[in-house]
Amino acid sequence: MSFLALLFYIFSAILLASALGVIAARHPVHSALSLVLAFFTMAALWILLGAEFLGLALIIIYVGAVMVFFLFVIMMLDTRHPEKIKANWRVTLPPLVLIGIIMFAELAMLIMHGSHAREAMPVPEAGNTLALGQAMFDRYIYSLEVVAILLLSAMVAAIALTHRKNPLAKRQDPSKQMAVKAEDRLRLVKMTAEREEDNESDVSSGNVSLGNKPDGKGISS
Amino acid sequence: MMPGIEPTLTHYLLLSAALLTICMVGLIANRRNMLVLLMIVELVLLSANLNFVAVSAYLSDLNGQVMTMFVLATAAAESAVGLALLIVVFRRRKTIGIDAVNTLKG
Repeated sequence: MSFLALLFYIFSAILLASALGVIAARHPVHSALSLVLAFFTMAALWILLGAEFLGLALIIIYVGAVMVFFLFVIMMLDTRHPEKIKANWRVTLPPLVLIGIIMFAELAMLIMHGSHAREAMPVPEAGNTLALGQAMFDRYIYSLEVVAILLLSAMVAAIALTHRKNPLAKRQDPSKQMAVKAEDRLRLVKMTAEREEDNESDVSSGNVSLGNKPDGKGISS
Repeated sequence: MMPGIEPTLTHYLLLSAALLTICMVGLIANRRNMLVLLMIVELVLLSANLNFVAVSAYLSDLNGQVMTMFVLATAAAESAVGLALLIVVFRRRKTIGIDAVNTLKG
């Protein structure tokens, strides 16, 4: 058994064990940490397969960003269940294991039935990051744009879902602004001139008053 | 005919199937926590990605790795929206237990 084969089996064992840890851990923090281990191991497997850019991107994106996001949410929320569901493992475990064995047996039969892949994997050439980037930005450029729009819409959706209105914030209401009439803002009053001596400017007949209504419905409404 | 001891494509596909099986059993068994449910969905997408990468390496074809990039981006978007929904559910129900969200009686 070569060294690479040994590495493959070690990483596979760690990956499956950490996946079991994700689904079996009691506390969500333990699940999240097991998931981090699973991502790391999967990145190692991908690098073993020659996809070193994807492995590093997996570590950066998932371990660096998504898992921190998960841990933030775990810390923010009260993750304890109100009434402790004491799962009766003596009753629930055998059907689960049976379902798992049947599922895996079906998948394994399908995979091993094919005549493909009897020979060993080809040894990956060193460094395909350049070729990956060229394929992504040349042949798959429209798909890349669609994925960018998907990420943008996911961001907008996440903000729109969790955003709460601040009751103290002062903001404009366009419907109220549009519903206002000229009479609400401006009132023409007839009044006599109060000072007789300086009537050289002919403003005595009408006086434009802005605001200052006694009922408080001035310009500030 | 059992696969040999050197890792071939069959080994990688079997590993991916085993990971998927574990995740499915976890999805069925999980009754406590929607957060763990989201993590399990991430693991399911990861096992799909392992298929893509393994077949891409086997065929020496780079298109599978480009698809893996897209799946990674989609999974990130999914987790963002899923966690936002989780926070909304927590605000309404004060819990993130799965049995708290049973209005549809499904």
